[in-house]
Amino acid sequence: MAGVTIGSAIAAMSLRNIVHCALLLTITFSGLAVLYLQLNAQFVAFAQILVYVGAVAILIVFAILLTRGSERTPDASQKKRGLGWGLLVALGTFGVICKAILSSRLLSPNAETAPSAPVKLIGRQLMENYVLPLEIVALLLTAALVGAAVIALQERRRPE
Amino acid sequence: MTSPLGHYLVVSAALFAIGLAGALIRRNAILVLIGIELMLNAANLNFIAFWRYGKNAEALSGIMFVVFSIAVAAAEAAVGLALIIAIYRHYKTTRVDELTNLKG
Repeated sequence: MAGVTIGSAIAAMSLRNIVHCALLLTITFSGLAVLYLQLNAQFVAFAQILVYVGAVAILIVFAILLTRGSERTPDASQKKRGLGWGLLVALGTFGVICKAILSSRLLSPNAETAPSAPVKLIGRQLMENYVLPLEIVALLLTAALVGAAVIALQERRRPE
Repeated sequence: MTSPLGHYLVVSAALFAIGLAGALIRRNAILVLIGIELMLNAANLNFIAFWRYGKNAEALSGIMFVVFSIAVAAAEAAVGLALIIAIYRHYKTTRVDELTNLKG
């Protein structure tokens, strides 16, 4: 599953056709949800499917369809510029993180039983310990909703 | 590498690197946003992996952090895509290297 996730992520970032990129991104998000299921975090997996596969991917497809026509065929010189540096920075980051992971002493194999996160417990935690962040997130989501609608509204033609 | 935690961390690092490469290389603003989303997802996978294999798992800290992070990422994606649509309406392009009005 990790292979599918990473492969579709690479394809989503490298394909020429942007609609294909959005569809492959859906596969990446679903693969991540499966990884969460493997890690025994069912609630997060279903939240991932609902929010990312259900909402964010659809939003991205809509944005792509609303901005059609901007992608003209890029000439090769423009395409090449920045490719080397970007790949170098990304591979360097990957190398540094991998070296840090592999040399870490924290990775002792854990023989304990897998922890479980029942939805009831998550709900209790949300209502007791995390009630202030919950309220702040509610406010943030409302503000983001209104803000996104305001930004994307048709702008008035001002007389110049 | 025998530890399953290390396996998940390497997968997460690879996802982060892919997202970073996409955000740096691609010229379409929507794909830059997708790269940022991939990086956020890599961080979420890290949280869940450490929750699963870490100590004191019954406090649910990792789960809670990921739930809030998903909510914030959804808000970010909505506002970002609205901005891209507004920019497209104004400049008729979504390529980040053509938006050079603020260039000195």
